[in-house]
Amino acid sequence: MSWVVLIAALVALVAAMAVVRARIPVHSVLALVLNLVCLAVLFIVLDAEFMGLMQVIVYAGAVMVLFLFVVSLLGARKEAIEREMSLLAGQEGMGVVAAGVLLVALLMAVLRQPLPAPAQVYPGFGAVRAFGAALFYDHVLVLQLAALLLMVAVVGVVVLIARRDQGR
Amino acid sequence: MPGMAVQGYLVLSVVLFVIGLAGVLVRRSPLVMLMSIELMWGAAGLLFLTFARLWAGMEGHIFSFLIIVVGAAEAAIGLALIVLIFRTRDAADVDDVRALRG
Repeated sequence: MSWVVLIAALVALVAAMAVVRARIPVHSVLALVLNLVCLAVLFIVLDAEFMGLMQVIVYAGAVMVLFLFVVSLLGARKEAIEREMSLLAGQEGMGVVAAGVLLVALLMAVLRQPLPAPAQVYPGFGAVRAFGAALFYDHVLVLQLAALLLMVAVVGVVVLIARRDQGR
Repeated sequence: MPGMAVQGYLVLSVVLFVIGLAGVLVRRSPLVMLMSIELMWGAAGLLFLTFARLWAGMEGHIFSFLIIVVGAAEAAIGLALIVLIFRTRDAADVDDVRALRG
């Protein structure tokens, strides 16, 4: 089991670096898909089968297809992808320094925290039945708020896009 | 799952989060910035599921579900905004977008 975790973690890290470093947006999207699939593998190893499947279907599937659509929609203007000149002098260096400071702080916080041994999970932990029971019995308000959020997002997208077309 | 593995998951989550943050801070293409934010969502979801496994509770799964929902909504809104900005300004650089009125 452990080599699966190691490989998935390493590929997730490399893919994350590729997302940030890639010059072509399509490469970034594909690296992000790889990263999310590796995270789904880790989810399943962590006894979260249903969340792993959700990650693959919803995130690596639907959301990334949305990204690919937009990238290919905007990809016609290749020369406008990104310029090397920045209006903010030293932005890259300061960004890397700030990220490094946060990395050190978070690693100190994480590694100095004493953690208990992992608890014993009951059979069926993280499967669809347990997840559905938790979502529909114990956390119904979360479900309703998520539905409301998605509806507001859909209405917002329609309002944003449709308003431009009426002006023409 | 041995005791050391939890720390490994936490470190992986932290490193993925910081890579995403560095992407948001360094890159200037709005598409890549949005994808870096998705990286940060994924790292946070991994953290929640690690602690859910550590304490054997389903609440972490609920939070991770919420992260996927919010990430999808954020991607939809963000991509709509990017398409609008590209239509009106022809700008591929967030530094070019300075006017609030379209």
